[in-house]
Amino acid sequence: MKNFSINHRKVQSVDILELNGELDAHTAPQLEDHLKKLIDENQYHIVVNCDDLDYIASAGLGVFMAYIEDIRSLGGDIKLTNMNDKVYNVFDLLGFPALYDILEKEEEAVKQFQQGSNS
Amino acid sequence: MSTPNYTHRITVQASTEHLSEVRDFVASYATKHGVSSHEVEDIRLAVDEAYTNIIKHAYQYDDSRFVEIVMGSEKDEFWVSLKDNGKSFNPTEYPDPDVEERIKKKERGGVGVYLMKKLMDRIEYHKHDGTNEIRMIKKL
Repeated sequence: MKNFSINHRKVQSVDILELNGELDAHTAPQLEDHLKKLIDENQYHIVVNCDDLDYIASAGLGVFMAYIEDIRSLGGDIKLTNMNDKVYNVFDLLGFPALYDILEKEEEAVKQFQQGSNS
Repeated sequence: MSTPNYTHRITVQASTEHLSEVRDFVASYATKHGVSSHEVEDIRLAVDEAYTNIIKHAYQYDDSRFVEIVMGSEKDEFWVSLKDNGKSFNPTEYPDPDVEERIKKKERGGVGVYLMKKLMDRIEYHKHDGTNEIRMIKKL
């Protein structure tokens, strides 16, 4: 049964992970593998586009919790974008909006990374 | 005068492979019994978290074990119970997490029980004859 997939693409120097489907304890390892791979390749400007993410459980949030410090200490960030209300509500229940950069649109996140690296 | 409440039950192997099936099963039952779509989503996630905790903590990923899920609705509430025969874990005694602190320590997890408490109106834990039961109630 395949109810989750990740599409990885690049917009200039920014890595975009598009999440599709349902992120839970069964599918979270796929996201973890992608993040680990980006860190191994020294790619720390990461945008996670949640446009097609239908569902998230705490195991999915746990992946973001485990890697954000490493990525920020290396000068990067994970920016989350395009969440539907249902998914945003789960992040909100745990107070993530104060701890993570959650933006409406992928383009804004890319722009922020570009402005940051030019300054 | 009391009439028996209609309940529904399934027994599922304790594996994350069955998570989406369990979620959909509970959500479709709740929907059929008139629970609003917003509340169905809360119940779906709370059941996911409870079932995931059993897989991880009660059975420590032993997928030869089983979880029994029983649910029912009464006029103003919906309830769902998850039963296992593994290691005891009482979620009602689990402290609320400090998410910021956990992130600093690069710790994941520990937030599922908190979500269950936030999403449902009441969480009960019962232990009888080696069976752990987590009962979650949502007022409608």
